[in-house]
Amino acid sequence: MSYENLSIFEQDFWDINNALNKLLAGTNATALLLIDKAGQMITSVGNTANVDLISFASLTAADFAATSQLALLIGEDEFTELFHQGKNENIYITIILSRIILVVIFGRTTNLGLIRVRIKSTVAELEKIFTMIFSKLNAQQGRRKTTFNDDFKKAAESELDDLFK
Amino acid sequence: MSVINYSSREITFKIVYYGTGLGGKTTNLKVIYNKVSPEQKGKMISLATEMDRTLFFDFLPMDIGSVKGFKTKFQLYTVPGQIYYNASRKLILKGVDGIVFVGDSQIERFEDNIESVDNLLENLQEHGLKLEDIPFVLQYNKRDLPNISSIDELQSSLNPWNVPYFEAVAVQGIGVFETLKAVSKMILQRL
Repeated sequence: MSYENLSIFEQDFWDINNALNKLLAGTNATALLLIDKAGQMITSVGNTANVDLISFASLTAADFAATSQLALLIGEDEFTELFHQGKNENIYITIILSRIILVVIFGRTTNLGLIRVRIKSTVAELEKIFTMIFSKLNAQQGRRKTTFNDDFKKAAESELDDLFK
Repeated sequence: MSVINYSSREITFKIVYYGTGLGGKTTNLKVIYNKVSPEQKGKMISLATEMDRTLFFDFLPMDIGSVKGFKTKFQLYTVPGQIYYNASRKLILKGVDGIVFVGDSQIERFEDNIESVDNLLENLQEHGLKLEDIPFVLQYNKRDLPNISSIDELQSSLNPWNVPYFEAVAVQGIGVFETLKAVSKMILQRL
């Protein structure tokens, strides 16, 4: 079945956040977001108080997907980086292992050149972490089954019933 | 593709509303948006043309609350129904956990529905997915209109899999929640 799920465990999650925090400190960016290609937020660091993260994640995935199709139309596999420039805030987007989108939101406290240099080692580090995560996906079935057992399903169904009353 | 984060204890699912143009997909989302309490929904985003036709997608995040310590979230997407926008439609299916097909019951839209189901199958195939492997329900919308196909006719042409179907009048909110609830429960069962 090519239906893929992504499960992230505690240690991996902290490793990811550490890598992102290092980049945040090294670039003085406003915030960093990690988003899966289907538009779901994995994690964020930095100042995101004024950003609607859920909307941001779904639109970023759509943006990336649309530009990837543009790339195909001109004979490229995908664009590995995207840059959107605003008056005060900018967005830089790159991809990890063709599956995870890394977004840097930054303002005047830093610049694109610095981000492009510093992000390389972070991308390499995240590639290692996600390679591990993807390789563990099958082994995780056990924990998944115990966490999301029949009790969980019943409780979730009852929440659904309440929601739609 | 559900995303499970054991550290922040969150689980997120993606549901896509598929179907012909002007069939009522966006209306489904609007009804849900208007009826769900503010703490259980996020902002609804519509990437639409000036004529209010969906250009890329509509998006509605929902939070059903904490279930056994896990924040459980559903993200609802619609695709643009017009034939012209197939490239966009294909993109939205990426990572889908459950699909609702909104069929337009009007007789003059009968063939459009069939084309749209065929298009869904093709686009899933391009993602390496089979409809049989994905929680899937049908909604026969606009049941209040005078010139509509019978349920038997719709079923025999659109639902060879015999998955659950719901009759709806989405503009009046009829059948909208039943549809969403059914697909959501199917997704949970597959976890």
